[in-house]
Amino acid sequence: MTELPTTTDRKMGLVIDLDTCVGCHACVISCKGWNTENYGAPLSDQDAYGGDPSGTFLNRVHSFEVQPDEGHAQLIHFPKSCLHCEDAPCVTVCPTGASYKRVEDGIVLVNEDNCIGCGLCAWSCPYGARELDLAEGVMKKCTLCVDRIYNENLPEVDRVPSCVRTCPAGARHFGDLGDPNSDVSKLVAERGGMDLMPEMGTKPVNKYLPPRPKDQIEDQIDVLAPLLAPVTEEAGGFMGWLDKALDKLPGGAS
Amino acid sequence: MTFQQPRVETSPKVSDEVRQTTCYMCACRCGINVHMKDGKVAYIEGNRDHPVNKGVLCAKGSAGIMQVNAPSRLKAPLKRVGPRGSGEFEEISWDEALEIAAGWLEPIREDDPSKLAFFTGRDQSQSFTSFWAQNFGTCNYAAHGGFCSVNMATAGIYTMGGAFWEFGQPDWDHTKLFMLFGVAEDHDSNPIKMGIGKIKARGARVIGVNPIRSGYNAVADDWVGITPGTDGLFILSLVHCLMKAGKIDLEYLSRFTNAPVLVNQDPNSPDKGLFLRDDHGAPLVINRTTGKLAPFDMHGVRPDLGGSFELDGIKHITVFQLMAERYLKDEYAPEAVAERCGIPAKRIRAIAAELARVAFEEAFELDQEWTDFRGEKHEKMVGRPVAMHSMRGVSAHANGFQTCRALHVLQIILGTVEAPGGFRFKPPYPKPVEAHPAPHCRVTPSKPLDGPHLGFVHGPEHLALKTDGSPARIDKAFTWENPMSSHGLMHMVISNAHAGDPYKIDTLFMYMANMSWNSSMNTKGVMEMLTDTDENGDYVIPRIIYSDAYSSEMVAYADLILPDTTYLERHDCISLLDRPICEADGAADAIRWPVIEPDRDVRGFQTVLVQLANKMGLPGFTREDGTAKWQDYADYIVNHERKPGIGPLAGFRGENGDKVGRGEVNPEQLDKYIENGGFFVEHIPDEASYYKPWNMAYQDWAVNLGLYDSPQPYLFQLYSEPVRKFQLAAEGHGERQPPEHLRERLKETMDPLPIWYETDQTGNEGFTVNALTQRPMAMYHSWGTQNAWLRQLHGRNPLYVPTKLMREHGLQDGDWAKVSSPHGSITVPVMEMAALNDNTVWTWNAIGKRKGAWALEEDAPEATKGFLLNHLIHELLPARGDGMRWANSDPITGQAAWFDLKVKIEKAGAPEEIAESQPAFPALKSPVGTGPKELKWKVGK
Repeated sequence: MTELPTTTDRKMGLVIDLDTCVGCHACVISCKGWNTENYGAPLSDQDAYGGDPSGTFLNRVHSFEVQPDEGHAQLIHFPKSCLHCEDAPCVTVCPTGASYKRVEDGIVLVNEDNCIGCGLCAWSCPYGARELDLAEGVMKKCTLCVDRIYNENLPEVDRVPSCVRTCPAGARHFGDLGDPNSDVSKLVAERGGMDLMPEMGTKPVNKYLPPRPKDQIEDQIDVLAPLLAPVTEEAGGFMGWLDKALDKLPGGAS
Repeated sequence: MTFQQPRVETSPKVSDEVRQTTCYMCACRCGINVHMKDGKVAYIEGNRDHPVNKGVLCAKGSAGIMQVNAPSRLKAPLKRVGPRGSGEFEEISWDEALEIAAGWLEPIREDDPSKLAFFTGRDQSQSFTSFWAQNFGTCNYAAHGGFCSVNMATAGIYTMGGAFWEFGQPDWDHTKLFMLFGVAEDHDSNPIKMGIGKIKARGARVIGVNPIRSGYNAVADDWVGITPGTDGLFILSLVHCLMKAGKIDLEYLSRFTNAPVLVNQDPNSPDKGLFLRDDHGAPLVINRTTGKLAPFDMHGVRPDLGGSFELDGIKHITVFQLMAERYLKDEYAPEAVAERCGIPAKRIRAIAAELARVAFEEAFELDQEWTDFRGEKHEKMVGRPVAMHSMRGVSAHANGFQTCRALHVLQIILGTVEAPGGFRFKPPYPKPVEAHPAPHCRVTPSKPLDGPHLGFVHGPEHLALKTDGSPARIDKAFTWENPMSSHGLMHMVISNAHAGDPYKIDTLFMYMANMSWNSSMNTKGVMEMLTDTDENGDYVIPRIIYSDAYSSEMVAYADLILPDTTYLERHDCISLLDRPICEADGAADAIRWPVIEPDRDVRGFQTVLVQLANKMGLPGFTREDGTAKWQDYADYIVNHERKPGIGPLAGFRGENGDKVGRGEVNPEQLDKYIENGGFFVEHIPDEASYYKPWNMAYQDWAVNLGLYDSPQPYLFQLYSEPVRKFQLAAEGHGERQPPEHLRERLKETMDPLPIWYETDQTGNEGFTVNALTQRPMAMYHSWGTQNAWLRQLHGRNPLYVPTKLMREHGLQDGDWAKVSSPHGSITVPVMEMAALNDNTVWTWNAIGKRKGAWALEEDAPEATKGFLLNHLIHELLPARGDGMRWANSDPITGQAAWFDLKVKIEKAGAPEEIAESQPAFPALKSPVGTGPKELKWKVGK
């Protein structure tokens, strides 16, 4: 059993905007590309060109339909990766100490040298955010691109997780959620950012920004209707209105 | 015990080198950083400096590494040795391949160049491929626009000198209301996502009009789940509401559009419905300050939107009055259209009112002086922050041209086009119809064609007809069946060639067009046409040459395969002469260059065309002494001049590489592009950034850059005179007359003011459900499923069925349904979707694969559970009462009407009862085998 640090210096994590995520999977594949080439074993694929392809991904996008009591059904795109929980059950359950949470930034990592691939951590994670790599037999998970965010070989602007750098819709934000003055903390405060499944008591660091209310334009008709008041009710009066309206334009008669 | 954290290497070396080139996973053409390790591609990310994607990259782009290493890559030229369609090939050398191709093509050229039909699919080098075809001399050339979005492009050009996507973009920095019509998930890709993210971050409203609430429509604040094919009616109802309430920009309409232009109203005049013009041909308006006639562009003129003018006893009224007479009618009231559109009247009114509110109550000014084409100086730029975007959802219907026109009219009456906050053109647009070529079709043995194949007709005089009135082109583009078919009709080529209608051809030469699969209507029929033999046992289409980088379904149907490179192994130019990548704030172009060398015996297709041209001694490619001007495509890109000083690339011209747009050839040009990240941008000056069609600072800038030879200010054409000219011919005026069977249809559809009509429902009795396709954001056409990473995202494509129809037909997720159309039936797995128009089913396009193609194993879900809707769609509509079958295309442009499909569905079986989607075809013999079982990709060790 592995201990969690009592506190971490920072709480680095992601803020994911469900109002803006269009479900394009750019983050999924960018993550796959970076983490195949970088930290630890490559993310392998089985039956890659066959009947039942599957592979290791550290980040996946799920899509859910929501049917409100009234109005149209909605489709929500929901990207999910490790939430780097403060009370991470995947760490405390690890029998070898391979799974750990970093003191300096709170990132939860797997030390692949010590991982025996027993799968206890994946079983204990309520979010299903860990995947056992079938080729290597070790547990893989989001590293928050620990090999990018401090990487002195990258320009400073690129020292963010690859999923954040690539997201076309700008729906993914990265920063220190332990600092109430950070941009991500402010965004969470402004937009009512939420924990995923808070009842599990894992205290996830990553936050989700909820979708804005939808399909409300008809409810505003009373406010909007006066804008459509006819310029004239008289038959054939439109061209008369036009004449007067043209006079009022700059350079017109009045 | 205190836990000892392991040491993690947080600054690993990222790569040995970054090579910057241009993506090819779709037509966005984003800039990419290709990280190299040990000479191999290790990682691909977006280029932050690039004007298109500014660093971001979609799933397709990031999966490029799986594309350049795909096992489906063709390895060497192939010669067919078994029957067509068998996939029996032998590998041959390039010398032999070029010898065979030239051996087929040279006699055609000497005899009748039109016997070559050269059609390129998702080609990104059309200015080059069309140059090749012109110099070969055939009139039969086009790319894939006819089955893609020609309605959108053509309606845009004819109405306002540009359309959406490559032509223009929303003013993302200022817009407050963004309305999408029929935009699925791919056109265009990253810029739309970036824009939506940007405007949502500042609280702007997004309204999505689409029967399917996925992708961009899923994040829209308001979703309008419209009945397919009724967008035009909905839009004209919005126009009705806005006009009736006077919520239209009168000043903009009078200054910048043809709303004040006078139209002949004499029912007996051969000029009825045409503009009153002065001796120089300039359309005339009534000058409000004098009450007299004046040319539209006269200095100081204040064009009157109302009023009428009698000249020689003929009454002329304004376009605006014609619009008022039409659109104020109750038939366009929300209550009158609501049921057909599937949108409550209240919702239509609310949207119209919101458009009015944002356009006029949230209007703003930019503190920027500018001078218009009449010489008038404006202190400010008035912003109308309503932006719109549209794509195939409205385009791919047989009423799509008029619908696209209606949409532009809506944008224009609000005064939003080229106004801050609205819709902005991207260079080389705006560009009026008159600045484009007209189509050319005169074929002479051993000579080049008499001009560019494709263009914009101004009237019947520009139709591509032979002297006997028969179609000049194999696809019947620019004929009375579809007079304004500016992109050709690629979807008709094979069926016409097979039928010998209008004539037989000898060689079909295609590039990047999967015509025996997802790029054709009536897929099974096309396979039969490609393999059909005549009474002598010869193939009806005698010879087929095909170029592709991958083992696509089409490969098996060709006689000679010219294997192309992948996108990281080639030179390309993304040219201002072609489909450019400009932004509203600047002109831009870009290159691809070989960041890796091919490890197979393949060549870039454009280089092969150069080699073939040189071998045949084509004019344009060779000098008088027969020597070649260019050795390969890179050589052409640098050294070809379309006009003196203007070549494929606008950047780094001139001896020192410091000239822009116009300048001498610079032998170092490609190196300069590579140094600059693979692209070039020239920014538009601030005073030229809006009102471009009328802004003299922009016009002068464009002339300097070589986009035009002289300033081209023009009016937006709310009323389209070229369209009217075809209608006028149908009414019996003019020398060139349509055949009788088309006369009535031309009268109805060729309306110079946008109309809506229900598309031809012949044969649809009993087929009442709309059926559509979309492409997922993570897939590009058929390329996606060969990609080991992407196929894990979208490896199968159920038919999505709305809840109501699921219940009606007793269907559950995973069940099989038989889906029928007047043309055929398919059996496919279904899945329920609630966020969907109640009477519409849909699926992802081009996920379904034929067994044996794309290096997939035969049990791949793409081949067993995947399917194409194409089997249900015929290139011809069912026979009419008179026995004639009309093309399943827009009667104005020839746009393939994919989305007019109507079907019925019934339950076919439970998930375990049926093994495979139907129809199933025998496996193709693969020229490349299948891919490896397991991937553990890591380039650096």
